[in-house]
Amino acid sequence: MSAFLAPYGDYGVEWLPLLLRAMMNTALLSVCAFVLAFVFGLLLSLCQKSSFAALRYFAALYVTIVRGVPLLAVLFLLYFGLPGIGIVFDAFGAAIAGLALCFAAQVAELFRAGLKAIPAGQSEAALAAGFTPAQSFVLIILPQVARVILAPMIITFVSLLKDSSLASLITVNELVLTGRSMATEYFLPLQIYIAVGLCYFAIAWPFSVLSRRLALPATR
Amino acid sequence: MNALLSVAGLRKSYGPIEVLKGIDFDVAPGEKIALIGPSGSGKSTCLRCMNFLEKPSAGEIRLAGERIGVRNGNVMSDRQLAPQRAEMGMVFQLFNLWPHLSVTENVAIAARKVRGLPAAEARELALEMLAKVHMTHRADASPLELSGGQQQRVAIARALAQKPKLMLFDEPTSALDPELVQEVLKVMEELAAEGRTMLIVTHEIAFARDIADRVLFLDGGTIVEAGPARQVITAPREARTQAFLNKIRH
Amino acid sequence: MTGFSIFFSVVEGLVAGLGVTAFVTIASLALATAFGFFLALLRQFAGIKLIDPAIDACCEILCNVPALTHLFILYFGLASIGVKLTSITAAVLGLGLIGAAITCAIFRAGFAALPGGQAEAALAAGLTPLQTIFEILTPQAMRIALPGLGNYAVQLLKDTSVVSAIAAPEIMFFARSMVTSSFQTTMIYATAAALYLLLSLPLMQATRFLERRYGRLKG
Repeated sequence: MSAFLAPYGDYGVEWLPLLLRAMMNTALLSVCAFVLAFVFGLLLSLCQKSSFAALRYFAALYVTIVRGVPLLAVLFLLYFGLPGIGIVFDAFGAAIAGLALCFAAQVAELFRAGLKAIPAGQSEAALAAGFTPAQSFVLIILPQVARVILAPMIITFVSLLKDSSLASLITVNELVLTGRSMATEYFLPLQIYIAVGLCYFAIAWPFSVLSRRLALPATR
Repeated sequence: MNALLSVAGLRKSYGPIEVLKGIDFDVAPGEKIALIGPSGSGKSTCLRCMNFLEKPSAGEIRLAGERIGVRNGNVMSDRQLAPQRAEMGMVFQLFNLWPHLSVTENVAIAARKVRGLPAAEARELALEMLAKVHMTHRADASPLELSGGQQQRVAIARALAQKPKLMLFDEPTSALDPELVQEVLKVMEELAAEGRTMLIVTHEIAFARDIADRVLFLDGGTIVEAGPARQVITAPREARTQAFLNKIRH
Repeated sequence: MTGFSIFFSVVEGLVAGLGVTAFVTIASLALATAFGFFLALLRQFAGIKLIDPAIDACCEILCNVPALTHLFILYFGLASIGVKLTSITAAVLGLGLIGAAITCAIFRAGFAALPGGQAEAALAAGLTPLQTIFEILTPQAMRIALPGLGNYAVQLLKDTSVVSAIAAPEIMFFARSMVTSSFQTTMIYATAAALYLLLSLPLMQATRFLERRYGRLKG
């Protein structure tokens, strides 16, 4: 056991700054991708509820494709494939785009479920009170939807954070790739990858706990 | 005369709140006892202590002389309690039929699993019990397809299939739409006429008056009044009993 | 036409990885469901004071660290201390354990959705706790859990692409090796994506069916 722990004592001081910088990259990547995914997801959700059939079909097709295609394939296509037809993403950009495109579908699904959870009587009461549909949506429905989807949205963020590890496979210098180069340099893959795991845990676990605290008990 | 069920010094507390403050009563074989009282009086809790679905804080409960729920000074585990519980048939307010089993399977499963009856015999027994509650025409239906009254009758058949010494009813008609209450009360009347020993928690005062031999009026965790059914309900001695009955009637 | 022949050779190359993709998916699913169910039973019913927090802690670790990291620990990390797992073993073990944490939560939610009266009625009828769990609670909890398991399976199929990073010879692995020896990058990855999509369509259909059939079922 002490043989296992020894390298942390020997190299911990060297490793810490490397890992911290990598954590920041991972965090930055995840946050940017999530913001983008949120926006895309919102747009997708509007398409789903649109009165234009073409938009609804597009949204349904998009969600089905994203559900069936691995994130890794999307990342590879964006980073390695697109240059072949003239579009060049840098690694970080490709990672953000890929994560955002894939998670937009999850976000849209959360919006859909959140809207469904609000009883029809809510908007009826608002309209009966003289609110316009737009006011009813912004003042009455949206705040309630926000409360319902807050916890699942945090869980989606944690998922995205974990999937950001795949960016290491398209050369983004986040936690896993940093871990890999450290592992080749120090020949201590077990200790290093466990340290990488702990770094992810340190970021993700507080969010997981937060989402559980915020989760509303299921009504109905 | 030897009591079938004897309850002595029954107390139950949930933390600092004492719900049962010392209950004593006996039930003779073939006797029908109705427990009535306002909500919060502890009557359901009292009933559920009989088969230790609630664990009493103090007191002794004996069925046919055998101490229920406690062995060598220790409260028994659910596993140890199983044989004792099998001697008592319980009917719940919310029926609690098992939706993944058919009506017949609901009635037969305890006979198969607890008493080890072979499947064919258990099914025969189940159909016999379903006939008693007039539900054989839905023997292969799913509980989800039945009305509340039908489900409760199946639940009664399920309890009867245990061939219990004692039947416990926990507000059996309180969750039923009014027009379905009678079909269940009628079945309970028929069972009473067979000479079964029954302990019934109910809000149906007229039913209690006509079917029960004795009535216990619980209020605030104690038995305020106990006596022959007709007397307690039509001419109670205690003021609290009278006040409760007035509220129910109006 | 050369376009078509290239396409066919790409498909041929990818399909070589189909067996491993299928195997890893099915094996991980089996491990995850069996072990997850066992953990759910322990956590929900055994009431052993020390095991509950231990199970919770393991699930937290499995669920808050990316699969890629777990796989690297199992494949590269263990190898460095002498425990050499094959890439497929590490893949199934890693994905299976993570999946067990996921299915454990799904099964526990299934049990929790059952009204308390179900177990009470069983105990009151004289069934032992074990009989109650297996005859009364599990059949119902299973049905409630099926849609969640279906969704997990759909996700799992996609996640197997990650095991290409520890050299498991599945679809994505063959895609990457083909890319290095040809210049048809877009075609190769797009075809790989399409292949995964094709494989997941029946799973998605099955899940939709399960959701319709059991989505609203409660005790």
